[in-house]
Amino acid sequence: MTIKDIQDEIIDEFSMFDDWEERYQYMIDLGKDLPLIEEQYKTERNIIKGCQSKVWVHAEMQDNNVVFTADSDAIITKGIIAILIRTFSNQHPKDIIDADTDFIDQIGLKEHLSPTRANGLVSMVKQLKMYAIAYQTQLN
Amino acid sequence: MLNIQDIRKDFPILSREVNGKPLVYFDNAATSQTPQQVIDAITSYYSGYNANIHRGVHTLSQEATDLYEQSRQKIQAHFNAKFSHEIILTSGATDSINLVANGFSSLLKKGDEIIVSALEHHSNIVPWQMLCERTGSVLKVIPMNADGELVMDEFDNLLSKNTKLVFVNHISNALGTINPIEYIIEKAHAVGAAVLIDGAQACPHVKPDVQALDVDFYVASAHKMCGPTGVGMLYGKEAWLNKLPPYQGGGEMIAEVTFEKTTYADLPHKFEAGTPNIAGGIVFGTAIDYMNAIGFDNIAVYEHELLEYATEKLTAIEGLKIYGTSKHKTSVISFNLDHIHPYDVGTILDKLGIAVRTGHHCAQPIMDFYRIPGTVRASFAFYNTKQEIDALVEGVKKAKMMLS
Repeated sequence: MTIKDIQDEIIDEFSMFDDWEERYQYMIDLGKDLPLIEEQYKTERNIIKGCQSKVWVHAEMQDNNVVFTADSDAIITKGIIAILIRTFSNQHPKDIIDADTDFIDQIGLKEHLSPTRANGLVSMVKQLKMYAIAYQTQLN
Repeated sequence: MLNIQDIRKDFPILSREVNGKPLVYFDNAATSQTPQQVIDAITSYYSGYNANIHRGVHTLSQEATDLYEQSRQKIQAHFNAKFSHEIILTSGATDSINLVANGFSSLLKKGDEIIVSALEHHSNIVPWQMLCERTGSVLKVIPMNADGELVMDEFDNLLSKNTKLVFVNHISNALGTINPIEYIIEKAHAVGAAVLIDGAQACPHVKPDVQALDVDFYVASAHKMCGPTGVGMLYGKEAWLNKLPPYQGGGEMIAEVTFEKTTYADLPHKFEAGTPNIAGGIVFGTAIDYMNAIGFDNIAVYEHELLEYATEKLTAIEGLKIYGTSKHKTSVISFNLDHIHPYDVGTILDKLGIAVRTGHHCAQPIMDFYRIPGTVRASFAFYNTKQEIDALVEGVKKAKMMLS
């Protein structure tokens, strides 16, 4: 599936919910289901420092695709990470570089990716793209 | 008895909605809300008096100068300073602390000791660390206990003839603990050390008397006491302020300038370089008038009632732990739910229109002490109600349900 296909799928899933509570409950559940990053990668080096919740990201190349794993100590942050990982992981670096995150707005979670939000997610998206750029350079 | 419903009418922001719910504002320890009287005073200044102050011969400048200096006198009276020139208007408590820390650079030497407390805000730690780096003096820390109180026996042990300065907050911003500053001041003076009290968190709740306290320096921010942001004050005893060198160079702070030598202006202007926050300085006085009209005794009684009510209701929630359980505390409740990150709780509460603060509250050493990433902090002001606390309690229950 392309990144766009996955984003459309997520938009579709969220369209079933009527209010914020249902959306958040779903996101929290996604966070609980997030495959955890391996302990060895939860290092200081892999931390993306947001103001309040900690976020760890690890990336590696598999068959010319970037595979991301991540974790956070806050569950709502983890939910958003789960959504971002589902979108970006196992994709070609070039596609990750070109992708946008506008779909977050469409699923009613815009506030979490606002640059003023103190949760480190904006830095996380940047970091995912940085990994993609680095791997793309290796492929060239 | 305060008529809270009438008081709430003074604060236009309290009638707005957030996320479709009536705003419940419990982030008062970060900044207080602004009454119409203060908002009107800002408008009135810019509509009728806006001019640069001091030295202008034209009428507007003189009127603005009068308003500014009258405000300084109000602040002097409020804190019971001996002279109005002992009140330095700054951009806020942080600026005031930096002014003093900077001034002491030239007075301290290697081996001198500075004592701070484990309950400090970063703004009352970092400037002193920087001062220690500049002067080779040593920073010592009064430890805290599990209730969030300073351990006074340890303080006694830290004091010596090398102690030159002691810096403690009057009330902890993260936990609400009221520190025994009278004792600290007396003991510090006994070894010849100067004392600075950070009153940023105290001034919304109490009316400090700097002469009765015999404190050397006391700092406050207007925006925590119903005033505007970007203005605050430093009280310093005249003798100390004369001893400290100027903080910043510029206009206003000079007596005479030649390229060979500049002589500095007298207090308070020596420390007020450049055009100050004139509107802010004037309106700081309006905010003080407003709070005195409500009355600090009334505020104390009512806020204590809110604190007791909220403590009882929140404690009843299973798995909720309150940090900072001193008998001497103001209307601040810092708490966590078992196994739930404060950020998550704050996010759910925000969806319900409830504004609390989450995180380390710029007091990481306290969080390290409790081994937690942060807390949820609800801080109450005299315009809050028990109904709003009920909304908080319901919100916390909902957050617990959703996040567990």
